[in-house]
Amino acid sequence: MKLVIAIIKPFKLDEVREALTSLGVAGMTVTEVKGFGRQKGQTEIYRGAEYSTNMVPKIKIEVVCATALADRVVEAVQQSANTGAIGDGKIFVLDVGQAVRIRTGETDDSAL
Amino acid sequence: MKQAIRIAGAVAVGAGLAWAAPVLAQAAPLQSPPAAPTAVVNKGDTAWMMTSTLLVLMMILPGLALFYGGLTRTKNMLSTMTQIGAVACLAMLIWVMYGYSLAFGPDVTSGFLSNFISSFDKAFLSGVTSASQSATFTAGVEIPEYVFICFQMTFAAITVALVLGSVVERMKFSAVMAFAAVWLTIVYFPIAHMVWASSGLFFKAGALDFAGGTVVHINAGVSALVASLMLGKRIGYPTTPMPPHSLTLTGVGTGLLWVGWFGFNAGSALEANGSAGLAMINTFVATASAALFWMLAERVRGHKGSALGFCSGIVAGLVAVTPAAGNSGPFGAIVLGAVASIVCFFAVSVLKPRLGYDDALDAFGVHGIGGMIGAIGTGIVYAPSLGGPGAADYAMGAKLLVQFEAVITTIIWAAIGTAIAVAIAKAVTGLRVTPEVETEGLDIGEHGERAYNI
Repeated sequence: MKLVIAIIKPFKLDEVREALTSLGVAGMTVTEVKGFGRQKGQTEIYRGAEYSTNMVPKIKIEVVCATALADRVVEAVQQSANTGAIGDGKIFVLDVGQAVRIRTGETDDSAL
Repeated sequence: MKQAIRIAGAVAVGAGLAWAAPVLAQAAPLQSPPAAPTAVVNKGDTAWMMTSTLLVLMMILPGLALFYGGLTRTKNMLSTMTQIGAVACLAMLIWVMYGYSLAFGPDVTSGFLSNFISSFDKAFLSGVTSASQSATFTAGVEIPEYVFICFQMTFAAITVALVLGSVVERMKFSAVMAFAAVWLTIVYFPIAHMVWASSGLFFKAGALDFAGGTVVHINAGVSALVASLMLGKRIGYPTTPMPPHSLTLTGVGTGLLWVGWFGFNAGSALEANGSAGLAMINTFVATASAALFWMLAERVRGHKGSALGFCSGIVAGLVAVTPAAGNSGPFGAIVLGAVASIVCFFAVSVLKPRLGYDDALDAFGVHGIGGMIGAIGTGIVYAPSLGGPGAADYAMGAKLLVQFEAVITTIIWAAIGTAIAVAIAKAVTGLRVTPEVETEGLDIGEHGERAYNI
């Protein structure tokens, strides 16, 4: 099994979700996050006091899938979240040692 | 029970009548001549003044509480709102105990002292009944004294709350309360007397202050500056970012302030009449002008026109038009609002950072500076040649001098009085919260609550 972590632009979430469900991905976890990479933040000004916010709001998606599916998941995210602009995000893939469905006790691929 | 305030009947009527009507609204005092038949209480006037009184209360709670609260950080939201509400309540109680008497009670015997303060003869509202009446600006028309007391009570309450804008996020609640009690007694009541009582210094000099530009705004703004200097900066200011936590709430508060301000300004006519109508239209157009000119000033400085700039402009315009409300034509008011807005913009966004003081919510930059522009500007826009309601022989130079003297006197009085009040609050309470409480936030540290449990 693989854990695919993708940091994407918030407004791309729906497209990514649709692309993944059409691949047969059965579930995902989504978190609102902040961070920075090459894309810098904006400057905010309140009554002349300037604050540069260097953290940009992003969405983090976590998907665990069968190893065989991982490459297609990565490809789907890469294509659906792409705008061609700086700040589109990144994808990381990690190995997963074990998975358990809490309700039934099923493990690994059948727990996904 | 006719009029205990029937002071100075002869003086006020003789010397005053000529200019009194639109000039200095609110002044309790212009009495019907002592010999005149019973003055009439008009139900329409009374209903308007009761409405105005409630509008001013709405400016404090929730108006000012939301306006200021939204500008603070999340961890100090409740403390800011609670301090505003609590000092307003304290002002109401002190007002009926002795504040009203010191500001508007019977004269003291010393002619010199009566320039600055009234006597304690109406302490605990002694002698006031539902049949008591207070004068308006029309001979023979009066309003119930209880209504006048309530109307003026809300002015004392909002003024002390305005001062807090500079000291939020670091001053102890107990210190705020101690400061408020002393400050009202030695600063607000005397200045209110000087401006609005017929024996008061500025009133006799003929200073133009329709609804309290000196008493409320210059006074609160200068006091806020002195208090913030004595209290010191917030930990981390100005290197740590301290952006407003909710400009949405600040926007809501701004709207409530604007609507409530019609009670403040048009109510200061003390009657439901044409003078109130003039104050009303000026409170619309000066404010509209100021809101847009603040945003324009931002654009000229190379920034984006901002929501906070829009809100700040509205308040700056309201402040500036306060002394001019019934003392200006609508187009004079538009210019006054624009000028005040631009000057206040520079005061808060250029001057404050250069001087380095931590007037947290810009009580001085908006109320102090805006109040001064308004007070001086009123002497200009009053001229009939500029559409103002002044008489044809209006002498602008002489009036500007009077306005200037009133402003300077108010600044000096407020600065010294505030220094004393803060020193007393420091001796009694320690003034400032501990660094731990300040870092954690005053909501938890001083009140044991959080504004948002999400």
